[in-house]
Amino acid sequence: MSTVVLLLATGLGLGALYFLIASGLSLIFGLMDVLNFAHGAFLTVGGYAAWWASVHLPFAAGGGWGFLGAVAFGTAAGTAAAFLVELLAIRPLYGRHREQILVTVGLSLAVPALVQGIWGADPLTFPRPDIARGTVGVLGAAVPRDRLLLVAVAAAVLGGLLLFVRRTRYGLIVRAGVEDRAMVTALGIDVRKAFTLVFAIGGAAASLAGALGGLYFGVVTPTQGVSLLIFAFIVVVIGGTASITGCALASVAVAMIQQFANYYTVAGLGDIAVVAVLAAVLLTRQGGLTTRTAERVA
Amino acid sequence: MTEKPGAAAAAAEGGALPGEPLLRVRGLHVWIEGSHILQGVDLAVPASGVTALLGRNGVGKTTAVKAVLGLVPRTGEVLLEGRDITARPTHEITASGVGYVPEDRGVFNGLTVAENLRLAERPRGRPRYGLVHELFPELRKRAGQAAGTLSGGQQQMLAIGRALLNENRLLVVDEPTKGLAPRVVAEVADAVARAAAGVPVLLVEQNLALVRRVADEAVVLDAGRVVHTGPAAELLEDAERTRELLGVSRAHNAEEGEGR
Amino acid sequence: MDTPQSTAAAPAGGAAPAVGGAEEAAPRTPAGAPADGPPGAEGTRRRRIPRWAVPAAAVVLLALLPFSTLPVPGVFEGPLNSPATLQLLATCLVFAGLATSYDLLYGRLGLLSFGHALYFASGAYFAALLMELLRLPLAAAAPLAVAGGTLLALLLGAVSLRVSGIALAMVTLAFAQAGSILVVRDPGRATGGEEGLSLEADLVPDALVGVFNTANLYWLAAAYAVLAAGAVWWLDSTPTGRVWRGIRANERRVAVLGLNPYPYKLAAFTVAGGLASLGGVAYLVVSGGVTPVVTTAEFTLTLLVMVALGGAGTRWGPVLGAVLYTYLDHRLLDVAASDGFERLPAAVQAPLSQPLFILGMLFVAMVYFFPGGLAALPARIGAAVARRRRRGPPPD
Repeated sequence: MSTVVLLLATGLGLGALYFLIASGLSLIFGLMDVLNFAHGAFLTVGGYAAWWASVHLPFAAGGGWGFLGAVAFGTAAGTAAAFLVELLAIRPLYGRHREQILVTVGLSLAVPALVQGIWGADPLTFPRPDIARGTVGVLGAAVPRDRLLLVAVAAAVLGGLLLFVRRTRYGLIVRAGVEDRAMVTALGIDVRKAFTLVFAIGGAAASLAGALGGLYFGVVTPTQGVSLLIFAFIVVVIGGTASITGCALASVAVAMIQQFANYYTVAGLGDIAVVAVLAAVLLTRQGGLTTRTAERVA
Repeated sequence: MTEKPGAAAAAAEGGALPGEPLLRVRGLHVWIEGSHILQGVDLAVPASGVTALLGRNGVGKTTAVKAVLGLVPRTGEVLLEGRDITARPTHEITASGVGYVPEDRGVFNGLTVAENLRLAERPRGRPRYGLVHELFPELRKRAGQAAGTLSGGQQQMLAIGRALLNENRLLVVDEPTKGLAPRVVAEVADAVARAAAGVPVLLVEQNLALVRRVADEAVVLDAGRVVHTGPAAELLEDAERTRELLGVSRAHNAEEGEGR
Repeated sequence: MDTPQSTAAAPAGGAAPAVGGAEEAAPRTPAGAPADGPPGAEGTRRRRIPRWAVPAAAVVLLALLPFSTLPVPGVFEGPLNSPATLQLLATCLVFAGLATSYDLLYGRLGLLSFGHALYFASGAYFAALLMELLRLPLAAAAPLAVAGGTLLALLLGAVSLRVSGIALAMVTLAFAQAGSILVVRDPGRATGGEEGLSLEADLVPDALVGVFNTANLYWLAAAYAVLAAGAVWWLDSTPTGRVWRGIRANERRVAVLGLNPYPYKLAAFTVAGGLASLGGVAYLVVSGGVTPVVTTAEFTLTLLVMVALGGAGTRWGPVLGAVLYTYLDHRLLDVAASDGFERLPAAVQAPLSQPLFILGMLFVAMVYFFPGGLAALPARIGAAVARRRRRGPPPD
């Protein structure tokens, strides 16, 4: 029983990470048709900026509340990076999806390489604050606190995103834009502003995932973003781009399949099981992501 | 003496000079995936009344209005009140006072009726909810309903209501009666006629009964070119010419008109 | 693609011609259209040179290169036929062939596959495993590995190609990721995990072993590049190639003409996968082993970069792009290790020490400033010169 609880908690923690990455990817892809390979780079930026702040900035140091400062700094850096990438790299190629994807591919290769050039390829130990130390007893299982912290943060981000898309004018524009971007412009709305906003929001969530991922894995590495990104892509495909809630559910489902299959069968089989689920979803589902985007990008 | 200062002011603002059309299109070319869809279209929409854009299926009517709004890549010149808007992005063109009802209605299925209307509100604009709800009371009744669950006619009303929400300089309406039940056609026709009293309209339409009822001017497209321009009534009187240009007989068309 | 909107400005409120004065404006051709015309269209300008002349000259040059002792200072460390230079050139040529096979999908059919690494890795790993586990000689392991890789491409292609666009990109990426995970997890200690596998020298013909035989490795790589490029170019000229181009331009129109695009896409996927597996075997022999690096999604992304850098869907683009990319990837590392580099300030040194950073940024710049890639450069320069001569306005 306690093993199952532990696996559930770990799965939820991983699912929280996936959600933080995939929610932004899904918003960006849904609204802009850009498959953002640079999203992993925002994660790397967030992780390294948080680590850097914890080492160099007095307000972000220490094991207590300083951790919040480090995470905030990392998130701010990732948000700024995403904002700049949209403004300088994506916007000038408006309407040319393939070129936009190519640019994000270039950035996805360049940014981790730059980080590696500056801080080296070796994993850097990430500071662990007091609130994320030790375990909490849940139904007889000792669940590490950092998992619970991740789940709480992801739940807060989910709530915030839902408020954004349901209650704000830009949220309305985003929801309409996911359905029919051209019609939004035909109503006299500059949809590009929504693009920049969505990119920044996605960057914020991904860099938050980067900072908290440091907590989950204990270290930051330049290529951490890439492997997480692939699973986030899978989440986006399974969850679709229509709703944030769907994205959250798919994140948890993917993480659970991975955790349970890895534990109860052979390590590594969980990852492959996720791929099998993806293939099954893509090939059986009619409509959704598969048909809607088929003609847009190819 | 009374007229001149106004005209000068209008010219300074880039507004239309007296007698000049509200919308002027010159040498409009559109290529889509290697096909030459529009091959040098010239047309003008006068500052009042309804200008009908007619032609058989697939001659480029919808492409022409999309090109005017910048929704498809095009070359040529588009002047709105004398101002060149060719290089302007779509959202600037429409926000400057062009209402658009697209062929497929373009309502957002996942949004409620109220949200669809709210989306069309312009910053600093005064949304005319009173007018819209008076024309289409149904829209107020179904404010909380998702637009995707509306009937075709209701969706069309939403699309027209959305375009009428703002005070516009030009209304572009693309086949508003397509695929609608005859009873709804009448309601939509009333709305278009009512709207046309306040704003010049560029109307794409196949239903010649509706055209006869509301249109002042007619422009006929064939194979990506303008083949006829003139008063709508004159064209429709001439059954021979109508059949030649539009491929429909007047009798058939009158029948359709009675049907509603 | 990018048909630019007209920027021809007319004076606002200018004199208005009569309504309906049709045909007065001369039709303008969209300036963007000729830029990415069908491959081979550029040949019409210089008809005097036969089509086969340039490839034939390139093959002769490639074959004769190891006999040259010509030093190329700055470009290569030693003379052209030194083992180090030949080894680098051999790697470049393997990637040239591989990139050409990827371009068959990306450039010629417009299929966005993110799993091409899988078939390359299959060739390399199947061959290495057959040699390691069954002690098969290379001559027997190679064809079996290529057959295995081709079959895998056929099977996974049959599944993946039921979807298209981004969904295809995702499903191919996912399959390749599964392969990558499998290799890294080292099932039964067969694949060597992160370490990879090295070539069993005793199962390889002597002519392909040792530093003295680097020229033979070079010829092997050159033969693969010529075969891959030749196969893709030849297929492009067949009726099937014409259907492929039709699919790239507009898949629905092909379907309307009564042709089912699926078997044509699957054929391309299988051929590309087969050529990639052959490249994997060549890579295994040329580099004396294989590591999981070639299974990763990043490896496929670098293929995409190579193809787009050179010019997707063109004759020479993928070859040029792959050679340039691979060359820079190796040489930039050498530059970073040189003495002069040490004296640079740290802020400059850190980014420049990473070839992938430089190549990634170079690629981003390329997408902006030379959208057609290297292969489109001569045409673009020619157009710019002609435009200047006419003193016409720039088209975009």
